[in-house]
Amino acid sequence: MLRDITLGQYFPGSSVIHNLDPRTKLVVVFVYIVLLFVGNSFVSYIVLGALLAACIAASGIKLKMLLRGIKPVIIILIFTAVLNIFFTPGTPVFTLWRISVTYEGLRMAAYLIIRIVMLITGTLLLTYTTSPLALTDGLEALMRPLKKIKVPVHELTMMMSIALKFIPILIEETDKIMSAQKARGADFETGNLIQKAKAMMPLLIPLFISSLRRAEELAMAMESRCYHGDDGRTRMKQLVFAGRDYAAFALTAVTAAVMITLAVFGF
Amino acid sequence: MNAMNQGLIRTEDLTYYYNEADRMMPLPVLRGVDLEIEQGTFTAILGHNGSGKSTLAKHFNAILLPEGGRVLVDGMDTRNEALVIDIRRRIGMVFQNPDNQIVANVVEEDVAFAPENLGFPPDEIRRRVDEALKLVGMYEFREHAPHLLSGGQKQRVAIAGVLAMRPKCIVFDEPTAMLDPQGRDDVVKIIRRLRDNGDVTVVLITHHMRETIDADRIIVMNDGQIVMDGTPKDVFKNVERLKEIGLAAPETTELLYELNKTGMDLPLDALSVEECASVIYSAFSAEVRR
Repeated sequence: MLRDITLGQYFPGSSVIHNLDPRTKLVVVFVYIVLLFVGNSFVSYIVLGALLAACIAASGIKLKMLLRGIKPVIIILIFTAVLNIFFTPGTPVFTLWRISVTYEGLRMAAYLIIRIVMLITGTLLLTYTTSPLALTDGLEALMRPLKKIKVPVHELTMMMSIALKFIPILIEETDKIMSAQKARGADFETGNLIQKAKAMMPLLIPLFISSLRRAEELAMAMESRCYHGDDGRTRMKQLVFAGRDYAAFALTAVTAAVMITLAVFGF
Repeated sequence: MNAMNQGLIRTEDLTYYYNEADRMMPLPVLRGVDLEIEQGTFTAILGHNGSGKSTLAKHFNAILLPEGGRVLVDGMDTRNEALVIDIRRRIGMVFQNPDNQIVANVVEEDVAFAPENLGFPPDEIRRRVDEALKLVGMYEFREHAPHLLSGGQKQRVAIAGVLAMRPKCIVFDEPTAMLDPQGRDDVVKIIRRLRDNGDVTVVLITHHMRETIDADRIIVMNDGQIVMDGTPKDVFKNVERLKEIGLAAPETTELLYELNKTGMDLPLDALSVEECASVIYSAFSAEVRR
């Protein structure tokens, strides 16, 4: 079950998508998410979907890996879709007892599923093709103006990248503690919700303690390697926009224009 | 003071306490340690758990500051806050758990962490990273994610991360304690290679006797004090004294010691397996001739 969590994983590669500047990717993904909510017709989702499909194809990331990220939200997806189908007023398709399924409801549900699936796939493509450090570097660069109003941008992005780095380690550790507790008769599967929550305690407490210990050791190791915050820190990999970044911006701008036109004219 | 004729690391009457909230009296961890470590040497520090050896090591790069006495690195007092970065770039430190000292999600970006903190230009960082990775034999893995590597490989990346600072000295704090035998061998080989290259001073904290046999000097800690200090041959001869403080001599010495108990008279300072074998062989052949 824990192996399914792929959030924050990075698959190294050398595709065009991998090689885009992280700032470009962040801006493009941001615009893409906004466009997902601008779009309100199947035509517009086909346009955006084509862009996404092209990016996935160019990235060389397997579709299966991207779809795996959707698994954890399937229940929420079905739940909201069902709510939308039954509780949107409009022209009824058919009526069951007193609840009627409407055209508008079906359309809303379909849009919702398309939006969420495309949202997750798009952001996963970002984290799969961008190393967390590059990602946080990109964020740091994009948020640099905020430093002027005393936002600790470097510290925030450093914390983010460390949190991401520790995800696989903590997952592995959770697995280990789980097996150890199971070996001693702990039961994580049966019982009602409250019993299950209680069963998590012998898992969470050791995990929490070991995380604190790890944090302390990491801080020591970072200090030993002369970490002293942002002052005078340089980077091995400088962020430079290349031709492909400008091409990506141009493509995004064109897509945005098409999407907005479609939305305005109601296609 | 003339920096030329004093050791790279020097402690003077170093005292340290852990102030634990649930104790009435502070617990002394180091009681008056005087020590000098020369540039270019390989020093091993031995001691059982709680002997203060790790605490001592953490004073060498100003992670811990003395409660009493002082620590000088290249003549710089570790309590001087303005010098902390200068001290830490001279004395690198490798810890026990590789997972907890790797900062980045890609091998080469992690190795670049220290030179980035020191503010070197990008091309210089790249040069140092490549050099350090080649030195530990992890260059082919430079674009890998650390969590997919084995323990030994991760520890080699951690060593590269310290080497990229080009420190004068590397302190290894039980670097093999969490590794499998293969990983341990690899790390020990790298430590040996660093020592043979001769430009890095090595301080190795361990409780694996095997790893200390080719040290220039062994320091044995017990209860916050230095109890033995000498060449491996001198230190390991005192099998009984080592046992008293909860340490075992290397297997070779142990074997010779046990043989002596049966009435033989073998020298205890044959440390390597080959030496030990030849000592026993010649003793037996002398017996046969008689």
